[in-house]
Amino acid sequence: MTAAETPFEPKIVAFCCRHCAYAAADLAGTSRLAYPPSLNIVELPCTGRVDVLELLRTFEDGVDGLLVAGCLPGRCHYLAGNLHARQRVDYAQRWLEDIGLEGERLRMINLSAAMGAQFAELATEMAETIKSLGPSPLGTRRAAGEIPTTGCAACGDPAPLLAESAHDRGDGR
Amino acid sequence: MIVAKQKPLSELTAMLDGYRNVLAVGCGTCVTVCFAGGVKEVGILASALRMARRLDGQPMSVAETTVQRQCEAEYIAPLAEGLDEFDAILSLGCGVGVQTLAERFPDKRVLPALDTTFMGLPTEQGVWEERCQGCGHCVLDITGGICPVSRCAKQLMNGPCGGSQGGMCEVDSDTPCAWQLIWERLDRQGLADRLLEIQPPRDWSTSRDGGPRRIVRDDLRLPPPEDV
Repeated sequence: MTAAETPFEPKIVAFCCRHCAYAAADLAGTSRLAYPPSLNIVELPCTGRVDVLELLRTFEDGVDGLLVAGCLPGRCHYLAGNLHARQRVDYAQRWLEDIGLEGERLRMINLSAAMGAQFAELATEMAETIKSLGPSPLGTRRAAGEIPTTGCAACGDPAPLLAESAHDRGDGR
Repeated sequence: MIVAKQKPLSELTAMLDGYRNVLAVGCGTCVTVCFAGGVKEVGILASALRMARRLDGQPMSVAETTVQRQCEAEYIAPLAEGLDEFDAILSLGCGVGVQTLAERFPDKRVLPALDTTFMGLPTEQGVWEERCQGCGHCVLDITGGICPVSRCAKQLMNGPCGGSQGGMCEVDSDTPCAWQLIWERLDRQGLADRLLEIQPPRDWSTSRDGGPRRIVRDDLRLPPPEDV
């Protein structure tokens, strides 16, 4: 099979709260429930940690889809972190649509730690949605060598921060 | 604080058409506090602009920085170093910040990313309301600390008018009538009788009617070099 014939496997990042969705993903695994292998799970202390800036930069880095998975409404260990996350996801979706990306590439789901089957089901559903949308048009940035020439020559970052930043400290972003 | 909001992305992409290397400059004071132009907002807007331009097939580099105070020359002076590589500066400061940058770097295109809206305060998280128009002659001593210039649609000095309905303004049913608020405040303080005194017409020359305003404090100015 040539590269052109390789089926599109969407690259999806899932920001998962450690108290619910992360444990649910773990439960799905120990229960032998399959979910897309291209799902990259990032454990968070709470989805309230998610910021619009991180959501956008994840898309800028070329991800095809992004899942934010928090606790059920009313069950957040920090009271309202999942509700704040929902507001930020809604806000980031409007940004994506203004930018020209489909808002469906970003989705928030709410789960409890016992909902392993639902996690697998929703992750599969997300992967199917992204497959129907196709790869992110931003995903080929680095592969196509289209990094702007004004970026950092050392790391290829197209937008090195001038102020004190991770870039200046040399540990990347 | 000065309250501002970001311009729509479509307006900014049109404004930046043709530029390929832009420096986005935030401000660490008022527009940081009203979440329009601080470090985080600079990051979000820069990321959005880079993505939008890439999808348009015209990639643009947007570097990011935020100065502590964009409205004073001393704070923006360090930007001079390295500015040559940029086609334009996109300011996420208020209108004063934009103009300070433009005055300090007259050869560089300086573009506004925000619409500066008013001087006001947050009444709850995520909500800001106007409280001052900088009219140049404060009357808050007469009106119980409630400004009729910024909060009354007609800027009345002897209100309320007939459009005050159930304590709300006829212009917008969600806006309280400023003069109702003034009356209630002074009544609470036992000073309602003061409203019987008719205020004379205002001298608006202290406000925008007098043209651009200027304050000079001779006690603060630097002595002429020949005297030093």
